[in-house]
Amino acid sequence: MAGLEDLLKEYLPVLIFFGIAGGLAVVAVGASYIVARQKPDPEKVSAYECGFEAFTDSRGKFDVRFYLVAILFIIFDLEVAFLFPWAVALGDIGMLGFWSMMAFLGILTVGFIYEWKKGALEWE
Amino acid sequence: MIVATLCFYLFAGVAIVSGLMVVTARNPVHAVLFLILTFFNAAGLFVLLGAEFLAMALVVVYVGAVAVLFLFVVMMLDVNFQELRAGAARYMSVGALVGLALLAELALVLGGMTLGGVEVSGGALPTPPADQVHNTRALGQIIYTDLFVLFQIAGLILLVAMIGAIVLTLRSRPGVRKQKIADQLARTPEQAVEVVKVPLGGGAQ
Amino acid sequence: MQAAPMLPEILLAIAGMVLLMVGVFVGDKSAKPLTYVVAAALFAALALGWTTPHGDAFGGLFVADKLAYFAKALIVIGAAATVLMAAGRATPSDGSGPMRFEQPVLMLFASVGMMLMVSANDLMSLYVGLELQSLALYVLAAIRRDSLRATEAGLKYFVLGALSSGMLLYGAGMIYGFTGATNFDRIAASVTAMGTPSLGLVVGIVFLMAGLAFKVSAAPFHMWTPDVYEGADTPITAFFAAAPKAAALALFARVMTDPLGDAASAWGQIVAMIAGLSVIVGAFGALAQRNIKRLMAYSSIGHVGFALIGLAAASENGVRSLLIYSAIYLFMNLAAFAFILAMRRDEHAVETIDDLAGASQTHPYMALALAAVLFSMAGIPPLAGFFAKLYVLSAAVDSGLYVLAVVGVLASVISCFYYLRLIKLMYFDAPRDAMDSPMPRDLGLVLGVATAIILVFILIPSPIVATATAAAQELFQR
Repeated sequence: MAGLEDLLKEYLPVLIFFGIAGGLAVVAVGASYIVARQKPDPEKVSAYECGFEAFTDSRGKFDVRFYLVAILFIIFDLEVAFLFPWAVALGDIGMLGFWSMMAFLGILTVGFIYEWKKGALEWE
Repeated sequence: MIVATLCFYLFAGVAIVSGLMVVTARNPVHAVLFLILTFFNAAGLFVLLGAEFLAMALVVVYVGAVAVLFLFVVMMLDVNFQELRAGAARYMSVGALVGLALLAELALVLGGMTLGGVEVSGGALPTPPADQVHNTRALGQIIYTDLFVLFQIAGLILLVAMIGAIVLTLRSRPGVRKQKIADQLARTPEQAVEVVKVPLGGGAQ
Repeated sequence: MQAAPMLPEILLAIAGMVLLMVGVFVGDKSAKPLTYVVAAALFAALALGWTTPHGDAFGGLFVADKLAYFAKALIVIGAAATVLMAAGRATPSDGSGPMRFEQPVLMLFASVGMMLMVSANDLMSLYVGLELQSLALYVLAAIRRDSLRATEAGLKYFVLGALSSGMLLYGAGMIYGFTGATNFDRIAASVTAMGTPSLGLVVGIVFLMAGLAFKVSAAPFHMWTPDVYEGADTPITAFFAAAPKAAALALFARVMTDPLGDAASAWGQIVAMIAGLSVIVGAFGALAQRNIKRLMAYSSIGHVGFALIGLAAASENGVRSLLIYSAIYLFMNLAAFAFILAMRRDEHAVETIDDLAGASQTHPYMALALAAVLFSMAGIPPLAGFFAKLYVLSAAVDSGLYVLAVVGVLASVISCFYYLRLIKLMYFDAPRDAMDSPMPRDLGLVLGVATAIILVFILIPSPIVATATAAAQELFQR
């Protein structure tokens, strides 16, 4: 498992970074919690909206069009995810590997033309 | 490798706790945020296993896209979660029973792993050692050649998903005025301007 | 890497993409012509499959053998017939708008998925094939998106289907972990070497079977079936009932007998339980149904249970009987749904069983054909359905599954009740407001041909029986 150990060592800076980031956040929030004087009362901590009470629930219904955009984004996101190993291994996989990705992109281009023509990319 | 072990327990522990919070959080938006935390920790576990590509795919695809979609869905449905929760309490016992059964099965399997004495090796496509070729490259070497056809079928599945999303949700709205830039550019003064001789003392029309 | 055995699927996939482009550029008015092209492409693929060499394809990921070809023939017949029947209903007059061109295209992609999954020779190809099929079916279930029942059906099917896919993947992962391979041949070798299957493998098999049982809608994973059958548009329901059933049953048979054949001690009992439960649920569930689509859903659960009795026998004879059963059931289903699609009054589809009352007087030929189909479904000699049940039960008895055989016979007696009730309604009750006549010609053709096949099976059984025998033989020689 020597290989795995080396690999994880490469991630040590990332771990340290996360440690510092998390620690700094805790320090910032914690210090203001401990050091600052706090005298909460209901009026002070309630939601502030230009001096008025909140009129409605902050969560309203979203239009279904947001959902369509999000799901189309996921599909192309997945497609892009496939590009990474391909780019990394392109030197080893030869012409078959290259054309296999072209065919995959071709299939998705068909989908792209379909969605363009259907008007799914237009907002209004 | 004590650090790696500690990291494992940290990631696994946080993943379990935040997973629990996903189902118990009162506010659905908080539940989605906890789900994102769970994804992050799962990504950490993948890194510890040497599966870098899966870890990054998890962050890019699940955190970047799926979680956003979940937020949309939570917003779009606008479900009254208090009411839902009342129903959930009734089914809690059944759910717990199913969970226990799954847990027992997992325990059995883990027992089987050591007791059965099965050689868990010699896979069809064995993983190359991590010091020779890293995980992303190893995946790239087989996905596009050996598993060429499965890759294309995955493309077809994505295509069907695209068709499905559009068929089920896209509605054309009548009466919407769109900006047509080509038409605007092709417009000539003759089409746009009408020169009218206005007689003295009379109106334009 | 050999691609030739999979040429039919490649052809269909390319055809699907081309038709999608044609559809999107021409618009929804191309829907009806597209259905004919889809049906033609399906038959062309079947003919191509006849001429292409059999054997492993793509380095063992897929295999084109006699079992795959048998199942593909059923898929093509079922899919093409239902696609054409849907074309006849291109403009439903119940205000739900014209048929959309995506419908035949999605049916084509679903068929490609089915053909891939019956050819799968690897857990990964099994999964991608299954998922291509399922995803298209989820969308099809809800394609009448303005109907509340259709969207409910689609959502239910999707959520439960996703759960079952998860279970299937979990099981596949377990099997990979404990046998060290995803390729069916290597799994088979590993299972043989193992002797008694290890606990982990057994758990993997159980989860895999739970996923597969959902896809064939066998009890106790049948809950989605009645709602989806009732909620989806009737031509779509016909499609659901015909092609995916045959494909999933063939896949079930291949997975259980080819890679896991030597673990039969682990799955035989479970298949027997699933089969027994399904015939019972199918028999009792249908008794209370007034909606004919729900009734067909419960009837399909029962029939799938019967086909699985053949698999429970875990023998060459058993798989042969399963294949014969799924072929005969396909034709009975096509005939029944051709009739249901023709049930219209004042241009509106009706679907309660009371609407059948007195059909023998208003539509004598249709009623006669449906009566023959129902007698066949009930398993009354000399119709095809009787022989289907006979093959299955004799395979079960040969393998010593006496209890299961008795359960099957009893359930079949109970299910006779509701089939015969429909016949009684048609022949002995006073006609109510007459249904529209005459029957549309395309539906009449399907009803006629399918009924004829059921009737003449006793005289010319060999096209089905001989090919099924050869397919089962080849499967067990591998």
